[in-house]
Amino acid sequence: MRALARFLYRRPRLGLALLLSLPLLWMGLLYVGSLFALVIQSFFRLDDFTGLVVRRFTLDTWRSLLLPAHVDIARRTVTMAALVTLADAVLAFPLAYYMARYASGRVKALLAVGVLLPHWSSYLVRVYAWKLILAKEGVLTWLLGRLGLSGALDGVLQLPGIGGPSLSVSPLGTFVAFVYVWLPYMVLPIQAALERVPRSLLEASADLGAHPLRTLARITLPLALPGVVAGSIFTFSLTLGDFIVPGTLGNSSPFIGQAVLAHQGTAGNIPLAAAFTAIPMAIMAVYLMLAKRLGAFDAL
Amino acid sequence: MRSEEKAPFLLKLAAAAVLLFLHAPFAVILLYCFTTEDASFVFPPPGLTLDWFRVAWERPDIWRALFLSLRVAATATGAALVLGILAALAVHRMQAFGREAVSLLLVLPIALPGIVTGIALRSALSLGGLPFSFWTIVAGHATFCIVVVYNNVLARLRRTAASQLEASMDLGASSFETFRRVLLPNLATALVAGGMLAFALSFDEVIVTTFTAGQQETLPIWIFSQLTKPRQRPVTNVVAVLVVAVTTLPIVLAHYLTRETSTVEGAHR
Repeated sequence: MRALARFLYRRPRLGLALLLSLPLLWMGLLYVGSLFALVIQSFFRLDDFTGLVVRRFTLDTWRSLLLPAHVDIARRTVTMAALVTLADAVLAFPLAYYMARYASGRVKALLAVGVLLPHWSSYLVRVYAWKLILAKEGVLTWLLGRLGLSGALDGVLQLPGIGGPSLSVSPLGTFVAFVYVWLPYMVLPIQAALERVPRSLLEASADLGAHPLRTLARITLPLALPGVVAGSIFTFSLTLGDFIVPGTLGNSSPFIGQAVLAHQGTAGNIPLAAAFTAIPMAIMAVYLMLAKRLGAFDAL
Repeated sequence: MRSEEKAPFLLKLAAAAVLLFLHAPFAVILLYCFTTEDASFVFPPPGLTLDWFRVAWERPDIWRALFLSLRVAATATGAALVLGILAALAVHRMQAFGREAVSLLLVLPIALPGIVTGIALRSALSLGGLPFSFWTIVAGHATFCIVVVYNNVLARLRRTAASQLEASMDLGASSFETFRRVLLPNLATALVAGGMLAFALSFDEVIVTTFTAGQQETLPIWIFSQLTKPRQRPVTNVVAVLVVAVTTLPIVLAHYLTRETSTVEGAHR
């Protein structure tokens, strides 16, 4: 044992290689290998007649992504991801700002747990909660009725494009649940970015006669931007690939995640499912590059 | 540290409202465990009962799913601990370039949408003609759990003084001994924290699992399958509360074990 230790100590590169070998083997074979399998599958195609996958090189599957129905799915998903990201940024900011600038000691520790708990705790359960809240006979309808706003709810539900028979089967309901489940992912990086804003800058701005709101707009917000972008990576990426939220709370118009799930499942069309995931991957690749430019990675 | 300054009332109100928004849904889940109405989500509940806990207790399908999830989470956490600590130890000694490459590789499974990892594994299984099994679920989970352990351990390594390790070696300990007697005790709480977060992550993962489980039912998959069934809905709530309870303790513990390493490590999936 001792001889082995000495042997490795004299050869640091060999030691490093040994340490790295297992994790790299795992990630390389299992994960990168699987990603390759994904790419390969996307160049196969499903024979409509036999229902079997034909394992011969073809671009047919990729071409079928351009069918209007498929483009529609992609557009719906990306629009949702953008709106959810925007709403999360607006909601997360006041909480993150309060945590970073005003909270201290016990309150701060409590707030940190208050954000971390929903961040890590069961995502599925949190989606399910909204199924209960938004149900036609559920809490929200009751609450709005008590406040005399039933008419307003009916009005919103009748709006084309976002309404539906009830909130729990409408695009609006899908939106609310998405905003809810990804919100902690936005709070944490914004808070981290705000913690790093030097106090002296804010004081200098005030000393020079700026109104607090002007300081907020000209100093704090620009410096918080990397945090917002860092958070948006998660809200955007997670929305693009999700099938649980629209599956639980949406109407029948599918999102990318649902399309992938359906094609690989009963339809047995793994090639099309594989090609479909290229959309979120391509979007995220561009997004990550832009985010890197905006300095978001330092805020992660 | 800045408590001498008072927050504007509106800001306090907004922060409190967002916090309420984050937590109120849990109360709704809990309340519906006790409702006597089992086919709709009518509010307020027409009556309250404890009976659904008994019903849930007597359902063998729930127990099966629970045990499968616990076995998967324990095995995946074990694998993630070993692979995560190895990767962290290696990256800690590496040059900037290799370091970034390894970090990127490890974080990719959680930076890309979950369906990408899921359908990638599914494609590989189909290409290789491999059947679904317990191990296909574990393989998927371990892959995205490694980064959690890795982040926590690497952060702790950066704060561990190199002089301690040098002193140990100067006093004649081999590198294995130094690892076991000096480095490992230093890393212990970071490992426990990373392990607990990995466990919580695996225990309620559903997206990747959908693609690697085949006909097997983990607890989250069981819950998802119940969402479309109109009978005995409060039983689903009892299970949901159980899942929250099982994951909450590790999360809070992990938070306190790594608190001194400031806010960032492990904050992101």
